Amino acid sequence: MEAAETQSGSVEKSSHSILSVNSLFCERDDRVLFRDLDFAVNEGQVLQIKGSNGSGKTTLLRILCGLNDAYEGEILWYGEPVEERVEDYFGSLAYIGHRVGVNKVLTPVENLRWTCSLQQVVEDEALYAALAQLGLRGFEDSQCFTLSAGQQQRVSLSRLLVSDARLWILDEPFTTLDASGVKQLEALLREHADRGGAVMVTTHHNLAVSDLQILKLG
Amino acid sequence: MTGQQATSGQAFRATLKRDLVIAYKRKNDVVNPFMFFLIVATLFPIGISPDPARLGEVAAGVLWISALLASLLAMDNLYRADYEDGSLEQLLLSPHPLYFLVLAKNISHWLVSGLPVVLVSPLIAYMLNLPDEAYGVLLITLLMGTPVLSLLGSIGVALTVGLGSRGLILAVITLPLSVPVLIAGTITVQQTLNGAELGGYLAIMGAMLVGALTLAPLASAAALRISVN
Repeated sequence: MEAAETQSGSVEKSSHSILSVNSLFCERDDRVLFRDLDFAVNEGQVLQIKGSNGSGKTTLLRILCGLNDAYEGEILWYGEPVEERVEDYFGSLAYIGHRVGVNKVLTPVENLRWTCSLQQVVEDEALYAALAQLGLRGFEDSQCFTLSAGQQQRVSLSRLLVSDARLWILDEPFTTLDASGVKQLEALLREHADRGGAVMVTTHHNLAVSDLQILKLG
Repeated sequence: MTGQQATSGQAFRATLKRDLVIAYKRKNDVVNPFMFFLIVATLFPIGISPDPARLGEVAAGVLWISALLASLLAMDNLYRADYEDGSLEQLLLSPHPLYFLVLAKNISHWLVSGLPVVLVSPLIAYMLNLPDEAYGVLLITLLMGTPVLSLLGSIGVALTVGLGSRGLILAVITLPLSVPVLIAGTITVQQTLNGAELGGYLAIMGAMLVGALTLAPLASAAALRISVN
């Protein structure tokens, strides 16, 4: 595993950049989280965002997703300002945050069906296949409050298998997964990148993904 | 495995269906406001007077106030669970106009919390000795007015969903907005009893409904974006 470890500013930008960020500045409660942050995610890249607790990893991801607008700077989607291509951008983005977006009273299939239907039309077979692939066979029709935290995380991650999204933005997706789940997700990230997608992920876990890019915050 | 892009209509239907399924599985949330409505409305005769003539005079107001309070009680769980489990973020990240998705949630919410109240109101009206000729109007005004209450309440809930302890703030935001609907609703029923022409009053309520349907989801959507920020 080789990691091109860089401080902010030197992750290379190229014409293949899916998402690039120019001189991003964010301040919270009079504390500067980052300033003059420049980086890009290219097709085929897995970018891990590292940083100590409170260094602004989650804030950065939420800014990129448009969930937080307390920033200055420029975010470009295929070279164009993201605000001008919101529909295209949101149609190509899969975000999984700390709160995984799994309703407790619904079943995994119902949860998955809804989150997917916000972006694309999916057949039920695809939903069942995705859940089975992530080890949830037999749990498809149990209500999610009966599932463990790790299983709920898997419900949320199964969306990645069904989705056509080119850019995955994942905030601490490994926290509740077991060893085999971690391996499986690492493989998924690599596969997605090899298909020409891009991944941005925060984790404290040492990612076993080949050709990993690293961005350090703080 | 890959499918085509969903249309806004499909996303709207999926959201509506999801919320109805959740309501079906969480029957408490459906039954509570309904029971609250029944209890409040039945307490009035005990508190005021069991005299049929006096009850008949206040019946329309009692029903409208009970419906307003029941709708307020039901509002709280409109976005709360979605906010806590992260579904709200997924909703905001949809490529479709948030207007339609919020409208879907509002419609589903009214179907499970507003409609039962409207449907049971004639029964309560009978208990409160509402004059016979006012039944139809009462039902129509509630049918037009309770969706407005839901749509307006949604703005207040969207604004407060991110707050830790909310207490009465939701009522403070929502009730002033609801007062015009309350006034229009009760006046319409009263004026029918006085023999007035109905058209104008119903037109005002209709205008409120159309205004709320077109504008309130936009305000809710903007408020939700602020709340998750």
